[in-house]
Amino acid sequence: MNVTTPTINGTEVPVFYVVDEHDHPAGSSTMLGFWLYLMSDCLIFAMLFATFGVLGGSYAAGPGPKDLFDLKLVALNTAMLLFSSITYGLAMLEMMKGRVKSTQMWLGITGLFGLAFLCIELYEFHHMIHEGAGPWRSAFLSSFFTLVGTHGLHVTFGIIWLVTLMVQVARFGLIEANQRRLMCLSMFWHFLDVVWIGVFTFVYLLGVLR
Amino acid sequence: MSADAHAAHGHGHDDHGHDDGRDHGSMKSYLIGFFLSVVLTAIPFWLVMTGVIENKNWTIAIVVAFAVVQIVVHMIYFLHMKTTSDAGWTMMALIFTIIIVVIALSGSLWVMYHLNVNMMPVHDMRNMP
Repeated sequence: MNVTTPTINGTEVPVFYVVDEHDHPAGSSTMLGFWLYLMSDCLIFAMLFATFGVLGGSYAAGPGPKDLFDLKLVALNTAMLLFSSITYGLAMLEMMKGRVKSTQMWLGITGLFGLAFLCIELYEFHHMIHEGAGPWRSAFLSSFFTLVGTHGLHVTFGIIWLVTLMVQVARFGLIEANQRRLMCLSMFWHFLDVVWIGVFTFVYLLGVLR
Repeated sequence: MSADAHAAHGHGHDDHGHDDGRDHGSMKSYLIGFFLSVVLTAIPFWLVMTGVIENKNWTIAIVVAFAVVQIVVHMIYFLHMKTTSDAGWTMMALIFTIIIVVIALSGSLWVMYHLNVNMMPVHDMRNMP
């Protein structure tokens, strides 16, 4: 979109018309920014998966996946995370309708499922360490605890964030800022579920098959 | 001036009229996603726990395939990924990440496998990745 105007000495100088940028309301780019954060988080998990992929067979004559993993427990854990995903979705739907009470209720249920997931995971870790299969035992266990522990840590922070937002919603209602925060946490929560699909498939199921 | 008018209206491509081109799902999409996830989770667990398929490699291939499908299901029904979100930047970031992840994962496994095979005095075949 430029036209050229002849100048005195005959050379043509382009004239530029600056197309006005549409204005960006507060928080309009938050979702994209948060998505980029999730993608970088995805890279962290990819590296931990790669580490587990390389070291996952080095048992140092210690216990292997077959001796350690209880698939029933993992299935229960997976169910907890899956339920928490759908209840968070229901909270989002209630949020869109502007219903504070039912939003809070579904958020609370989501938090409880997340807490159940954490408790089961901590029980599993405790059980393994009690049997002498801690992260110091072998390269396999080091990479296992790092990968699954990092995921667990993410869930922990997700729950802290969830509680914080519940307090925020209780105090200020479903204002626009709170809706945006809830949407960010929604992405975070579902993203953790996606990572867990990788964990239960590559660590637990393929570990037992190995 | 049509470009100008388009810029002024910004995103708002979707019918909900949100300013970022995202939709936030409906009861139906969440329930479909949940149902598919349950099925796609239950089948791999069932396959591994009962060992119905004799051939291990087939079981591995099926389990991995189910995981990939389930990740896509989550992306669509829970994360509401659309090619139009944020004028396509969301999808661009995702594609870029997938490329990096594939390079990092396949590269690490490939290099370290050959390092193990070629450099290590092998005394125990179980230590092979």
